[in-house]
Amino acid sequence: MPPFEQLLEWSVKIAVGFIILMTMVAYLSLIERRLLAFIQMRYGPNRVGPFGLFQPIADGLKFIFKEDLIPLDADKFLYVMAPALSLVPALMTFTLIPVGGEVTLPLLDRPIALHITSINVGILAVLAMTGMGVHGIVLAGYASNNKYSLLGGLRSSAQLVSYELAMSLSIIGVLIQAGSLDLVTIVERQGGGWGLGWHVFWFQPLGFFVFLVSMIAETNRAPFDLPEAESELVAGFHTEYSSMKFAMFFIAEYANMVTAAAMATTLFLGGWQGPGVTRWPWLGPVYFLLKVAFFLFLYVWLRASSPRLRYDQLMDFGWKFLLPLALVNVVLSATLALWF
Amino acid sequence: MTFQQLLFIGFAALVLGGGIAVVLLRNPLYGAFALITSFVGLSALYVMMGAQFIGAAQIVVYAGAIMMLFVFVIMLLNVRADEERPPRHRFLVWLAAPLALLLSAGLWLAVAGVQGDRAPSGEAGTVERVGKNLMTRYLLPFELTSVLILLAVVGALHLAKREKE
Repeated sequence: MPPFEQLLEWSVKIAVGFIILMTMVAYLSLIERRLLAFIQMRYGPNRVGPFGLFQPIADGLKFIFKEDLIPLDADKFLYVMAPALSLVPALMTFTLIPVGGEVTLPLLDRPIALHITSINVGILAVLAMTGMGVHGIVLAGYASNNKYSLLGGLRSSAQLVSYELAMSLSIIGVLIQAGSLDLVTIVERQGGGWGLGWHVFWFQPLGFFVFLVSMIAETNRAPFDLPEAESELVAGFHTEYSSMKFAMFFIAEYANMVTAAAMATTLFLGGWQGPGVTRWPWLGPVYFLLKVAFFLFLYVWLRASSPRLRYDQLMDFGWKFLLPLALVNVVLSATLALWF
Repeated sequence: MTFQQLLFIGFAALVLGGGIAVVLLRNPLYGAFALITSFVGLSALYVMMGAQFIGAAQIVVYAGAIMMLFVFVIMLLNVRADEERPPRHRFLVWLAAPLALLLSAGLWLAVAGVQGDRAPSGEAGTVERVGKNLMTRYLLPFELTSVLILLAVVGALHLAKREKE
């Protein structure tokens, strides 16, 4: 049995990570609505509390008190399981992402590393979690016994499977360069050189581009939010869901957005690296959050300013453009790795 | 009982329970679901033995990709759960127990002869070791498998291709 102290450390880290992730998810929804409103010259939700800051709490309460419907002909067991199946992997991925280096806390005699766990196959584990999340969407589509749900679920899973390929291939360049699959090591390798050591600058710009596009498609966000195309599919795979079950899909989607942003930061933008981190380790999480916020802003900006792709265009783009580009990047990275 | 043993019992129960459910459940989608559960438990067991790469690959390949294909096929063919299939070859049921015993005996004989370190080494399954072995000692089988998969892809494309008028 691992020592009690170790177990306690893990539990505290998991609890803190969970709370931070949930807070980010809640306020991401508010920031998204306010930003969209700002871009479209509206007010947005600004009534609940100062600047609408309590809006997420009000939304949460509303979800809890809504009636929980289960369609008559639905497959009850799978219908209830599906939201959990999509939420759990979304929350688990965050355990592997380092949000900072080693810091010292008052009252503790040893440094604490600011990541929950670090395993030898970090990136593979993240990809595995992403792959498992698809099952929830497919089952939701099937179990609802509704044609819009089924079509939405099928579309969504086809999209996720296609873009997962391009995303995994775009990561290979980073792996070749960093020489490790462990996210902690990958971040440490990108330090120094006034930020020029970040993978986005130091010969992975192509990989970064492919990753960025496929990450937006992976999280089902505009302009790739085909599964939720209102004009064709009502609300896609979660058409029949209400109350907390809908909230679980909602949280899963936003948690996936945060995780994808954190992954992009970790792999390409140097994670928590930044000026002065070696002297003041607490700056690490601050830099990390700023970089993640940049990607989250990008998500909202894209949603406000770009129209939705058609389904065949989406598939063509993934298979005929992004995938070859990712393959070219693999070859380029391998060649450059031989030279340098 | 140590913490490790407790974890082992939990995950082993997941694997066995999932496996039994696959055989017993009539609804094919539930069966696929049970198989996924079983794979996840198996992956956890691999990780506990220090074979982290195999554990991750188990989820990415089997629980992720292959089971997704299964679920797709089941959903698109719309296989009904309540369809009663006529029980053909009823005598096969009576063969099940002896055959299961035979298989268990064979497995036992195969495993009992194995000598060596049974404790998890914590090294054998890491990415570095797997990668080095694949690129040196097992290079030929690795390349042959790649060619085989390529053949399968070309074959699938040929079958799925629409004839041009």
